[in-house]
Amino acid sequence: MAKVLMKGNEAVGAAAIKAGCRYFFGYPITPQNEVPEYMSKELPKVGGVFLQAESEVAAINMVYGAAGAGARVMTSSSSPGISLKQEGISYIAGAELPCVIVNMMRGGPGLGSIQAAQADYFQATRGGGNGDYRHIVYAPASIQETVDIMMEAFDIADIYRIPVMILGDGMIGQMMEAVEFKEYVPRELPEKDWATSGTKEMKSPRVVNSLYLEPELLQEHNVNLEKKHKIIEEKEVRYEATGIEDAEVVCVAYGTTARVAKNAIDDLAKEGIKVGLIRPITLWPFPHEAFDKINPQAKGLLTIEMSMGQMIDDVKIASNGRWPVAFEGKTGGLVPSSVDVVNAVKKMIGGAK
Amino acid sequence: MIEKVIVAGFGGQGVMALGKLLAYGGMLDDRQVSWLPSYGPEMRGGTANCDVIVSDTLIGSPVLTDDATAVIVMNLPSMDKFESHLAPNGKLIINKSLIEKKATRDDIEAYYIDANEIAMEIGNAKAANMVMLGAFLELTKIVKPESIIKAFTKVFGEDKAKFIPLNELALQRGAEAVKEQMAVS
Amino acid sequence: MSTIVYKKTKALNDTQFHYCPGCTHGIIHKLIGESLVELGVLGEAIGVASVGCSALCYKYFNCDVQQAAHGRAPAVATGIKRVRPENVVFTLQGDGDLASIGAAEIVHAAHRGEKITTIFVNNAIYGMTGGQMAPTTLIGQKATTAPEGRTEEHSGKPLKIAEMLATIDGAKYVERVSVHNPAAVRKAKKAIKRAFQCQLEGKGFAIVEVLSTCPTNWGMTPVNALGWVESDMIPYYPLGNLRDFEEAK
Repeated sequence: MAKVLMKGNEAVGAAAIKAGCRYFFGYPITPQNEVPEYMSKELPKVGGVFLQAESEVAAINMVYGAAGAGARVMTSSSSPGISLKQEGISYIAGAELPCVIVNMMRGGPGLGSIQAAQADYFQATRGGGNGDYRHIVYAPASIQETVDIMMEAFDIADIYRIPVMILGDGMIGQMMEAVEFKEYVPRELPEKDWATSGTKEMKSPRVVNSLYLEPELLQEHNVNLEKKHKIIEEKEVRYEATGIEDAEVVCVAYGTTARVAKNAIDDLAKEGIKVGLIRPITLWPFPHEAFDKINPQAKGLLTIEMSMGQMIDDVKIASNGRWPVAFEGKTGGLVPSSVDVVNAVKKMIGGAK
Repeated sequence: MIEKVIVAGFGGQGVMALGKLLAYGGMLDDRQVSWLPSYGPEMRGGTANCDVIVSDTLIGSPVLTDDATAVIVMNLPSMDKFESHLAPNGKLIINKSLIEKKATRDDIEAYYIDANEIAMEIGNAKAANMVMLGAFLELTKIVKPESIIKAFTKVFGEDKAKFIPLNELALQRGAEAVKEQMAVS
Repeated sequence: MSTIVYKKTKALNDTQFHYCPGCTHGIIHKLIGESLVELGVLGEAIGVASVGCSALCYKYFNCDVQQAAHGRAPAVATGIKRVRPENVVFTLQGDGDLASIGAAEIVHAAHRGEKITTIFVNNAIYGMTGGQMAPTTLIGQKATTAPEGRTEEHSGKPLKIAEMLATIDGAKYVERVSVHNPAAVRKAKKAIKRAFQCQLEGKGFAIVEVLSTCPTNWGMTPVNALGWVESDMIPYYPLGNLRDFEEAK
């Protein structure tokens, strides 16, 4: 298929529909409005349903109902809206329902700003909702990668019966890039023999539920969820790693900031400074294994984020004391420049060569 | 080959459209492209700007800060804001019809185009953005004008095909206007 | 030879209710179940349990059920109905759930004319959490968070949900009933059945508000609680139909 120039938010919608998503429940918030707008236009054409809910809270609970009824369903929002969805995300994780949630992050806390940010890392990877739960978090760095991940995300959600979050930033949502839609080839998927569809008075009633009043049963449920999380940690980690075996410094960044880091790494290479990059594509599960391949003599790791430093916690855990970990970032809608990154790297290696 | 361009003006001058045409045309020429709009309250009637990158190699950050290779400014506030974003030896393309001021930096190349006058001459003031784009393409050769024209209906829809001859002419006139200055400089 | 004159509806299984002695919630379960069976749609039914005493209703119904977060049952039901318009979708919600935390969800499900049926159990108190004040708690009624009794000055007057929802065009069937005596139960059954009929005919949103007892948290004997429904609740929450779909143009 030929390439088309598409805005990230619209590409998200197009990819979802290609992957068989037929239901979208959402609520307006900048900078992701093109997702619901696109879905409202396109879903009816393929026999799907777009519904603008009365709030993000309602939207995520509509997703719960639709997912529980066996549908391929998604919602999208941006940071403050995702905060409101946390209750529903916890319930969806607890009831083990598959769905896809898109967060085009903006500045926070509170109403924050409408400019791009990466300040929801904690919320996305630690869970803003209650309870021992996890959900997969993908952090694409280009529109093409966003589209490719979107098309797989629904299958991943179905396989593990887990919510999958696409964590972009306002930049990924608003930017236009050339994108090619590959043909969607579904994986072998388990039958949804748990979905509520009416018993027809033939089969025994199905219950979609996250309530376990007996402590032993709830513990058992949690143990089972954790087993699932371990399998995901083994099988679904994704990252890009370049030049880390012989690097003096390794940058760790995801999404838009990883692109800034790449520019800086090219500039530093011209000065003879070898800098590697680890770009987590899944933020949970975090790519701990990538860090084992880093040059043991490296002078340090530099985490670059559009926040005050959140992923840096995971980088420190992954580093496990092997290398000093430094931070470079901007927040509030500002984006670190490649010059900022170059200077931060030079500071780590003790000035320019 | 890489061009990192900031296009800026006020809402209604076709700034975003100029950027999209450039990016789409670049894609049709098999180059890597990105188009990043400023968004927010200022989209509604105030200043508008977008960052466009057209490159032979993978594009890193889509955000342009002080590393633009070209800045196209359609009005004075845009020039005041974005002249500083040019890298040394970058090209500042100024809409002379609305900007009386000269470039303040001497480490850049400045070009002055009577975009609004030229657009009026060929019959439609709204084509000023295409005149500016024509000048930019002539200076950089980063995208073929034919590709911009091919992109036209992709960006604006098939029902706008009737405006293609006007826009082709605007690109040509912009190119001619900048050629005169290239000869002088 | 003996004849069977009464049989428990097949819409309910044999699990023992967790409801307190004297609570009329069980009667409401029965009426929902009988209505589904009589309309021939038990096999198509998908219930939505809420939070409160009705949270565990999935244990008792012989139909598919989804358990929803507090107040969100109408949103969950919306998701189900939009995916499966051929199924019969209902929510069972209490007054804390529906009238307080879920006020937005119920108003907007009605406003969209969502083709679902809501059975709203109003017992003027938070039952499951232990007798706290609800938006529906009567003036002067004591609650664990209104130890001296509710006052208008502090908490406003009790919210009349049926009347409020009857102002919304998308609500095609709105009725308030009670289950405090056999005659009332018969009327309640008729209303619940009609509320499902409303959905089956694709008319729009339907709700039946059922006045119910909570002897435990009211601090009354079951008999006195039934009497209090008649003496105190019904005067403030008058019974009757507020909107019927055949009347709607």
